[in-house]
Amino acid sequence: MSRGTTFWALSTAILRGFVRDRAALFFSIVFPLMFLVLFGGLFSDQDQSEVEMIEVGKVQLFEDLPGPAKDAFDKTFDVRHSDDLDDALEEVRKGDADVAVEQDGDTLIAHYTQTEQVKSAITQGTLRAFVDGSNVAASGQPPKYSFEAERVEDESLSTIQFFTPGLLGWAVAMSASFGAAATLQGWRQSKLLRRLQLSPVSTRTVVGARVAVTVAVALMQLAVFLGVGRAGFDLQLTGSWWMSIPMLVVGTLCFMAIGLLAGAIAKTAEGAVNMANFFVLPMAFLSGSFFPLDSAPAWLRGVSNVLPLKHLNEGMLDVMVRGEGPSAALLPIVILLAFAVAVTLLAARLFRWETT
Amino acid sequence: MPAIEVLDLVKTYGTLRAVDGVSLEVAEGEFVGILGPNGAGKTTLLETIEGLRQPDSGTARVLGEPVWPRNPALLPRIGVQLQASSFFERLTAREQIRTFAALYDVPVATADEWLERVGLEDKADTRVENLSGGQAQRLSIACALVHDPEVLFLDEPTAALDPQARRNLWDLLSGLNDSGRTVVLTTHYLDEAETLCDRVAIMDHGRILETGTPAALVRGLDAPARITVAPGALTLDEARTIDGVDDAAESVDGVVLTTRAPAQVVARLAEKDQLDGVSVHTGTLEDVFLSLTGREYRA
Repeated sequence: MSRGTTFWALSTAILRGFVRDRAALFFSIVFPLMFLVLFGGLFSDQDQSEVEMIEVGKVQLFEDLPGPAKDAFDKTFDVRHSDDLDDALEEVRKGDADVAVEQDGDTLIAHYTQTEQVKSAITQGTLRAFVDGSNVAASGQPPKYSFEAERVEDESLSTIQFFTPGLLGWAVAMSASFGAAATLQGWRQSKLLRRLQLSPVSTRTVVGARVAVTVAVALMQLAVFLGVGRAGFDLQLTGSWWMSIPMLVVGTLCFMAIGLLAGAIAKTAEGAVNMANFFVLPMAFLSGSFFPLDSAPAWLRGVSNVLPLKHLNEGMLDVMVRGEGPSAALLPIVILLAFAVAVTLLAARLFRWETT
Repeated sequence: MPAIEVLDLVKTYGTLRAVDGVSLEVAEGEFVGILGPNGAGKTTLLETIEGLRQPDSGTARVLGEPVWPRNPALLPRIGVQLQASSFFERLTAREQIRTFAALYDVPVATADEWLERVGLEDKADTRVENLSGGQAQRLSIACALVHDPEVLFLDEPTAALDPQARRNLWDLLSGLNDSGRTVVLTTHYLDEAETLCDRVAIMDHGRILETGTPAALVRGLDAPARITVAPGALTLDEARTIDGVDDAAESVDGVVLTTRAPAQVVARLAEKDQLDGVSVHTGTLEDVFLSLTGREYRA
């Protein structure tokens, strides 16, 4: 019973220390979540917004549009009326409107700027189509060709599907490495490590309690991310998403090892956290936590393959949103374990009991 | 069997001989102070005896057991206080001592009892970071005692405390060996060693220069006493004629008489009805240190 109670007492003490540390809570949960909300919100509405049009005087062509064309027109353009061409042109120039349209006899004249290339292209194409359509209608002949658009579901992932696993990977990497680095340094400086060495507690129990708390925090992060993703941004998890749990556990070990390394090298607790950040933040960029690496140059993708976070992110993408089976998680788990072992051994070699 | 047996202990850091051939024996139930200025090697000596550091040579045994390598059978029988901040971060005083109690398999009730005994029941729900220096030291000492160890090591328990807090802590410390517990403490305060310790080991440059009870150390010194008489009560010439006075000198406090027979001199002063404002200053550990090292004691 002795080891059990000791383990619980230590775990409870460490967990209390964590949840009462506002900075740690912020950086492991709130901060990454801010990115999720930001990215989820920014990129979720990829549809082009309406084109703002000023109708100068009366444009008869628009009045004569047949029903379906009129609907398409209303969807594309947000129309205001004006009787003064100069005023309307000034507004277009300032960017307050995208296009000013007037009808001179049978000619439709659109005034636009080149600043918004997409909108000007849409404007020209759409107006030209309306004019052509009206010409065909005026000829009284039925149109020879017809056009239909059908949407195909594409393979690429929607924003939230892509970012949730990546940002979660970054969040876990941060909290695991910062936590391990700060604990090692803080306990060493306060001599708590020495104090524990002089109590009848085994090193195994101390390390076990620290790992247990970090894993619990990682699973809490998983729950929060999935909860917010589902509730706020319609995140869809695929079949074997639960494999992300063992993967996160192993990833936690790996990043704790990186934190231990930082804690072993640095001389103060602040220095240790900064050092861990120095490892983790660039790694997050290069591992596709913030943007996909598909369009990155080949050498950069090569570099990313030696980073553990890349494998955690890819593995989680596979099982959480790409619908891959449980076996897709195996290789990343093996790679992360290997990293964890190698980095732990390195940290153990560099570890010193004293800070001086 | 002595509680602590240290034989010819040496611990070096590079070229620095932090502990340079120390031998020391502490009897069961004794309260021993290791006294010396900062940098004398007190902490290194204490931590080597506790089993935290591997000695270069020599041996240390506590309760008959070797302390190095880490001896799990011995650890529950010793209590250590390394420094005030050796705490789990952001826990309250009660959570702190209960966590330490759990490390030693001690029931929660005992932990709470200790909190009360060191006078921290009012601060039970205060986080350790918000305790005053004196309160943190009390908690730290309580954490070292929670499993009722046979030998207690305290490393400069009153360092960095204001004089009032130091004296308050002395009340707590002085009773610690009443129940037969052995206590070893390091300090750089002479008055503290004099007040608390049965026996004092004076340490400098990694060596123990002298060991003994504070009174015996001072007696062995054979230093003259200094008697100060209020200004204006006595002229220098009058002072020099008093039997037993070796020398007299003026100071801001009055005339200072140097004597090896203070009782006789005081009796003479009494006869002359000149005892008003008289103060007698016999030798102190400070003088002992001066005579051992040839330099002034500076903490």
